[in-house]
Amino acid sequence: MQDLLRRYGAALTAAFILLTGFWLLVLVILPNITLFEASFRPYLPVVDVGGPRDTYSLNNYAKILDNSVDGSILGIPVHMPVHILTFLLTITYSALVTILCFCLAYPLAFYLSKVVSPRSLPTLFLMLFVPLWVSEVLRAFAWYIILALKGPLNWFLLTLGLIDAPVRWIAGYDGIIIGLVYTYVLFMVFPIYNAIQSLDTNQIEAADDLGASWWRIHWRIVLPHSKPGIASGAVMVFMLSAGSLLVPSLLGSPNSNWFTQTIQQWMLESQDWNTGSAYAFMLLILCTVFVSLVMRLFRVKLTDIAK
Amino acid sequence: MSAGIDLDNVCCDFGSFRAVDHVNVNIQPGEFFSFLGPSGCGKTTILRMISGFTDPSSGAIRIGGKDMKGQRPNQRPTALIFQNLALFPLMPIWENISFGLEVRGVDKATRRKKADELLALVDLPDAGDKMVSQLSGGQKQRVAIARALAVEPSVMLLDEPLSALDLKLRQHMRAELRAIQKRTGVTFIYITHDQGEALAMSDRVGVMSQGRLQQVANPRDIYNNPVNGFVASFVGENNILPGSVQNPGAGIASFETAIGTFRARLGDQSKGDVKLYVRPEHMTLLAAAGAENSVPVTVADVSFEGNFIAVQGVTANGTTLTAELRNDGSATVPAPGTQMHMTFDAARAAILPNTTGA
Repeated sequence: MQDLLRRYGAALTAAFILLTGFWLLVLVILPNITLFEASFRPYLPVVDVGGPRDTYSLNNYAKILDNSVDGSILGIPVHMPVHILTFLLTITYSALVTILCFCLAYPLAFYLSKVVSPRSLPTLFLMLFVPLWVSEVLRAFAWYIILALKGPLNWFLLTLGLIDAPVRWIAGYDGIIIGLVYTYVLFMVFPIYNAIQSLDTNQIEAADDLGASWWRIHWRIVLPHSKPGIASGAVMVFMLSAGSLLVPSLLGSPNSNWFTQTIQQWMLESQDWNTGSAYAFMLLILCTVFVSLVMRLFRVKLTDIAK
Repeated sequence: MSAGIDLDNVCCDFGSFRAVDHVNVNIQPGEFFSFLGPSGCGKTTILRMISGFTDPSSGAIRIGGKDMKGQRPNQRPTALIFQNLALFPLMPIWENISFGLEVRGVDKATRRKKADELLALVDLPDAGDKMVSQLSGGQKQRVAIARALAVEPSVMLLDEPLSALDLKLRQHMRAELRAIQKRTGVTFIYITHDQGEALAMSDRVGVMSQGRLQQVANPRDIYNNPVNGFVASFVGENNILPGSVQNPGAGIASFETAIGTFRARLGDQSKGDVKLYVRPEHMTLLAAAGAENSVPVTVADVSFEGNFIAVQGVTANGTTLTAELRNDGSATVPAPGTQMHMTFDAARAAILPNTTGA
């Protein structure tokens, strides 16, 4: 604070604080409080709002337990409320997306931070960033076209003779997974890149000199060192995937359903903002719980991620 | 257990820059050998070539008679101690030390036992369960040595491992390293820019400049009989006088300088551009002129250094000469401004070529 004042003067400092405060209060805290409050109230005709029927209850939250159906999660048959099934499928596939992103990002991050010569780094980073300059909608549509039954991907694979008949890529959750991995993989690359970047190359050489094979060097030296980066990347990719609406809407199939789509149905199709809010908070809270459990499982602390 | 190393005409180029230039040396099994030179002289490159992290551009490296061409660092019987030690901060000390055994599939109980033995060897018992960050600089040093010894290397390579320590600890670790080397009998190759370290610890020293090995000899010969001006002035202090040889021949020759003609040893290679090198501690201060190699000076500055007294004298033409007198209680310290004579023994002065470095 003192530092800020000395460096930028009173006027600029005040501007910084006011703008940050405005963003935090008006754009983050107030809307959330409003929705949180609304989530406990029933959906009523306008004349009844504020009337005797407008009381606080957990009824909106309880709606998630309605309508049990038969379904399957990763091939395991289950019988449970439809919205809980959707939620479980959402976090299962978000976790899968996170794992796939890690598998793609880790080798890339290692290559960028320890193998490639620093001179070609700007070019490579530019190539990674350019897709981010295109809007997410456009990118999702691009994948919709690429993955179409008569689209370029199938044409390419047929021409090469790798497949005999066109593959229906946008089936089940496949399209969503492909789309989400593409959209969020960079959120995994950069934290891991930063983490590996900070690893002293001499440690890799020391392990090599002591006779370690390359996989042991990664398992014992590089991976443990990059754990905080992996954790923050994984949390970001998982939360963004579970909260994504655009990609599941565009690349989903008739038999896929993402929890955000359920929230959207409550909010827009049923016009029931109260239940929609309740579902949104359930998504937030349950995802946070899930992430905390996984972090505990891998012995990662929140303070490690903040580094 | 320990192995000798032959460097046979080894060169290493980085682009157009030749970092190591035709280096030939045979290091004996069990020897403590130091490469001594200023930074950028190629000594670290030699170490990286022996350990396998850098490939020679030409020439051969043999360890225990076996050509190391194409052998990866993890296939060589060498263990490298890095300048910054490169301990693994996320493992406890005992896992650090036994990492090389873990790699070889040794079971946990045996690894722990071996780690404790090595910790005892480097005088750090009970440190096994600590983390790297809990140790002091000198203790980390010992852990790095223990980690390298754990894989029972034939050759230990040390890249200026003492440079980060403070003076007292450095002197202590010198003796320690030497003792560990004697105890284990492993060949030590030591890289340093610190002449004191190299002279105090080594069986033999190789002095390097600009990628070339200038001289390989035992510490005494390096100091007393340097082959050229670079070695003479890099190792120890000198009074350096330019001039020319009057009656060349073997042994003692006359050397004409701006402040007089002196008699001094003439090295075998003394041809072309030569200078006269006299160490300050070989200069004697006399009240009257000596029989030979005597030059009148005015005492300009006297500095008391504790174990010796440095006297700076200026000759008639302004050349400054330094004499160091041992502070044994008998030395009479002249006052600045006194007229005196500085002399030196012909056998203690050398006429050396000024060809390389310096």
